[in-house]
Amino acid sequence: MTSSALVDWFVREVLPLEAALMHFLQQNWRNPHEIADLRQDVYVQVYDAARKQIPTHTKAFVFQTARNLLIDRVRRDHIVAIEAVPDLTALGTTDDAPGPEQAAIARGEFRRLQAALDKLPPRCREAVVLGRIEGLPGRAIAAHMGISEQAVSVHLANGIRALVNEIYGRDGDREEKP
Amino acid sequence: MSAPVETPIESSAMAIERQAALWIQRRQFWDWSPADQAELDAWLGQSTAHEVAFIRLMSGYSRTDRLVALRAPRVDRRLSLARLLRIAAGLALVAALGTWAIRYSTGPKDVTYSTPIGGRQTIMLADGSRIDLNTDSVLRLRGDAAKRLAFLDKGEAYFQIKHDAQRPFVVAAGHHRITDLGTKFLVRTASDRLDVTLVEGRARVDSSGSARSVDLEPGDEVIATSGNLTTIRKTIQQVSDQLGWRRGVIVFKHTTLADAAAEFNRYNPNRIMLGSGAVAALKIDGTFPSDDPDAFVEITQDILHLRVEKRGQNIVLTK
Repeated sequence: MTSSALVDWFVREVLPLEAALMHFLQQNWRNPHEIADLRQDVYVQVYDAARKQIPTHTKAFVFQTARNLLIDRVRRDHIVAIEAVPDLTALGTTDDAPGPEQAAIARGEFRRLQAALDKLPPRCREAVVLGRIEGLPGRAIAAHMGISEQAVSVHLANGIRALVNEIYGRDGDREEKP
Repeated sequence: MSAPVETPIESSAMAIERQAALWIQRRQFWDWSPADQAELDAWLGQSTAHEVAFIRLMSGYSRTDRLVALRAPRVDRRLSLARLLRIAAGLALVAALGTWAIRYSTGPKDVTYSTPIGGRQTIMLADGSRIDLNTDSVLRLRGDAAKRLAFLDKGEAYFQIKHDAQRPFVVAAGHHRITDLGTKFLVRTASDRLDVTLVEGRARVDSSGSARSVDLEPGDEVIATSGNLTTIRKTIQQVSDQLGWRRGVIVFKHTTLADAAAEFNRYNPNRIMLGSGAVAALKIDGTFPSDDPDAFVEITQDILHLRVEKRGQNIVLTK
């Protein structure tokens, strides 16, 4: 299969599942610091598998991959815990129709983006506003803010990560969650 | 625009995501050449994790376009000339400091190399060995080429020595002596201690005050104080981070602000000072250009919510 079809499938069908996937991982894995790594591992396995053939039921495939990964981790880490292995039947993951979470994401996305933008540290926010919203190039942002180009790069990169994590539902970062 | 600087080996998903985000901002906001694209392609080709992280961030980023609806009615896009001149002057100064190094002789036999604060110099020896001198450092080479003897009088240097079993290369620093046995090693002196890190090969450290000597394996770091030699083991990554200065960067991994500020102060005449013990104990991660303390201050200020105050040429960080 062509790589652009693969990317297209990944963006269209896999990434919108992220909020649900993160929820699933958080429910079934004790260590919150490992969630981001687990999410990455799921994506890598799904993407690599799809290079050969794109699965027909994306959602079921993603969650089956996640489940297998958690089981492997439990075995590898010799964790003895009855509740450590997630029960998928309760999640209704065999259905590929857009779930309610996807619809919600689309509806509230602008508001959430705006909220995420406001949550950024002030200077980071300023760089993102100048770059993404006002459309200034990096050099002009640096001059406008009176800081180095390197600092602008880091602000922009931090801002991009925060906004994208917001878009896909859950921030898998080291931030403490209630 | 200089390339986003990152350490070569990244393990966790967060680190990969950070790199991917740096790539995206670089492509979106800075000059982008075919060479940059080739570099990005190479990075993407390294692993599926890189590729997936990039696709995810890029597709998410493209969805932030609706934020343009927030565009302010009027923004002053003119750059003040004074500001541009200030930036240009800063760049020129950095360039001048980087290449400036004095070379003079202290005796009939010794050749002295020294670097100013923020400077760096590479010394190629006739035998093919190479010495990289870091900021604010003084190195003397014994003029008698048959001897292969160097004195690190001040600062830090990285030695890549062509081994010659007949004529071992010796570095003397304070009361200590490092003898190369086919080697790449890093030596850093401070007022009361000497650090020697072996990167490759073998080397031996001994002290004039005692009969004791230590043989190093790659990854070993010896910390020599008056009368004491301690060896600790480092990972390849830690050693590579320690050598970041050869690429012009400083790498912090859970480093306290106190240590980070001290490290920047080695490279810059304008000092970073900390207001209180609480600030000093805060920890940071990241890779920063060693000649740009302002970038460091800017980022830490923003992330750790610090107050920045200019005191003369110096910068004071408080909570």
